Amino acid sequence: MEFYGVTLSSRLLLGTARYPSPKILEAAVRASRAEIVTVSLRREGGDQRAGQTFWSFIGELGVRVLPNTAGCHSVKEAVTTAHMARELFGTTWIKLEVIGEADTLQPDVFGLVEAARILSEDGFEVFPYTTEDLVVAERLLEAGCRVLMPWGAPIGSARGLNNLFGLRAMRAHFPDVPLVIDAGLGVPSHAAAAMEMGYDAVLLNTAVAEAGDPVRMAEAFALAVDAGRLAHTASPLEPRDMAAPSTPVLGKAVLA
Amino acid sequence: MSRSISRAPLRATVIGAGVAGLTTALTLAERGLAVEVFDRNAGLGPGSCSWHAGGMLAPWCEMASSEAVVGRLGAQSIDWWRERFPATVSKGTLVVAPGRDLAELDRFAQRTERYRWLNETEIASLEPDLAGRFRKGLHFPGEAHLDPRLALAELVERLAALGVAIRFDTELEPAAARGDLVFDCRGLGGRIDMPALRGVRGEMALIRSRSLSLSRPVRLLHPRLPIYLVPRGEGVFMLGATMLESEARGPVSVRSMLDLLGAAFTLHPALGEAEILELGADLRPALPDNLPRVERTGRVVRVNGLFRHGFLLAPALAQIAAGAALDPHLGTELIHANSA
Repeated sequence: MEFYGVTLSSRLLLGTARYPSPKILEAAVRASRAEIVTVSLRREGGDQRAGQTFWSFIGELGVRVLPNTAGCHSVKEAVTTAHMARELFGTTWIKLEVIGEADTLQPDVFGLVEAARILSEDGFEVFPYTTEDLVVAERLLEAGCRVLMPWGAPIGSARGLNNLFGLRAMRAHFPDVPLVIDAGLGVPSHAAAAMEMGYDAVLLNTAVAEAGDPVRMAEAFALAVDAGRLAHTASPLEPRDMAAPSTPVLGKAVLA
Repeated sequence: MSRSISRAPLRATVIGAGVAGLTTALTLAERGLAVEVFDRNAGLGPGSCSWHAGGMLAPWCEMASSEAVVGRLGAQSIDWWRERFPATVSKGTLVVAPGRDLAELDRFAQRTERYRWLNETEIASLEPDLAGRFRKGLHFPGEAHLDPRLALAELVERLAALGVAIRFDTELEPAAARGDLVFDCRGLGGRIDMPALRGVRGEMALIRSRSLSLSRPVRLLHPRLPIYLVPRGEGVFMLGATMLESEARGPVSVRSMLDLLGAAFTLHPALGEAEILELGADLRPALPDNLPRVERTGRVVRVNGLFRHGFLLAPALAQIAAGAALDPHLGTELIHANSA
C-alpha cells in the first residue's frame, strides 16, 4: 500500500487523542503496529506552540506523523493550521478536516474541496476526511488529492459502517485510489468489514483510546485489520439465496 | 531518659506551598519534625494550580479514567481531610447523563465501583432542584468534597499552630535548601529536576446561581466534554474542567467556556442566569503515565505528578513521602506506575 509514494505495511492508522495517559498511548501505538499516527494541532496546541511537550512525545514514538486539522470549521482555519503543522512536524502530509456541522461533525464538503485545492497547489499532500459521496470524491481528486478518507460513521460515534452501499460503490468507482475508512468505527469487526470490502486501510482513535484497556483493543484492531485484508485477497463468497450443502447428499440412506 | 527523645528533631525543608507541599509539611510536623516551607509566590493564590482545583474527593468516580492506584490512594485521603478540615462535606457524588447520552452512564458504571443506581425519584430526593431532569443516575455515597482555597488556608493555620513558618516570595532550589531532609513539592516548577513532567491545561469557572441549589458535586457525562459542578456554598459553584495537552498559560478560550457553560446549561437551565465570578486556567503537573511519583535521591524527596488529583492524592502521598524520608531502607522510587 502506498500513500503519496510512501510504501507502508500496516493498514491501521491510529489517532493520538483522549488516551488515559501518554504512556498508554505509546503502548497502544506499539500494540496496533501502526506506522502512521494522527495528531491534532488546533485543539491540543493553542497558540505559541504550547503543545510542544506532547508533540515531542509523539515525535519520539518513531512513527510517521499525519497532522490533522481537527476542529477547523472554515477553509481559512484549516489552511492556517495545515501550514503550522508543516512547520512543526516537517511533513507535507496533512489530514484535512473541515467540519460543517457541530453535532455530527460531518465534513463541509464544499469547504473541503476548496481547502484541498489551496493546499495541494501549495505542495501539501492532502488526506481529506470526506463522506462517501462520489461526486465530492471526484472533486477532491481533481483538486489534487491522491488518497481519500471517507467516514464510516460520525467521528467518535462507534457506529461502524453506516452506509455499506455507498462505501461499496465508492470502492468500485475508484479501484486505484487508496481509500481509508476514517472515523466512526467502534469494534474490531467494523474494521474487518471495511477491509473485507477492499478498503486499503482504516483510521481509528476513540474506539481504542476510550476502551477500558486501550492497549488490548489496539491489538484486537490490528488482528481484525489483518484478518479483513487477508479475507479480501482470498476472494470471499457473496451471499446466496439458496442453501448450498457443504457435504454431498449422494449415498445418504433413503427411508421409504 | 533515652537519647532519642532528648535529641533535636530532624529539620525538613518543604519547597512549594500547593496542596502537595502543605499536606507534606503538616504530615512531617505532626510527626515531630522541625519544618520550614518555602514558596516562590507571594501567598496562597492563583500562582499555584491547587488554587484552581475542583476539590472533589472522588476516588471511585476517578477510576472511570484513571488506574486503580488513584482509587486506592484517594480512598486513604478522605479521612485525612475530614480530620484536618472539618468543613469537608461527605455527601457523595451524583453522576447523571442527559437522555441521549445514557449509554455513557452505563459505561461509567462499568468502569467504577461503590455506587448505587438512582431513578428519577431518588435523584430528586438527593438533589431536589434536579427533580424531573434526569431519568437515571449514579450515587457514590462514600465520596466527599471541599473548598480547596479554604482547605489550603486551614492547612496554613494548622502549620502555624505547630510552629511551622511559610516563607512566601522565596524561590529555593532543593540543592540550596538547609535541613536534614528536603521535600520538593514544586509541581511544574520542579521540572528541571524531573524532565518527564509536562503541563496539562485545565480551564474552570466560578459561577453563582441564586436559584439553583446543590449539596454535592454533580458530574454530567457527555461523549465530548464531561463536566462537574462542585458546590462551594452560598450559591457559588466551581465548574470544570477542560483537559488539553497544551502548556499555554493564557486566559480561558471562548471555545472552552462555550463547552463548559453549555454543558452547565444542560444540567439545569437555571444556570443560564448564574453570574460568572471568575475564570481560571492553569497547568496540571503530569508524568507520562499520568500517575503521581514519590522519589528519593539522597536527602531530597520529590512528590510530583499529581495531575488532576491534587487534593485527592496529596495526603496519601505525604504519608508515603514522610515514611520514605524517615526509613532509609526503602527504595529510591517509592511509588510508580507498577505499584498498583
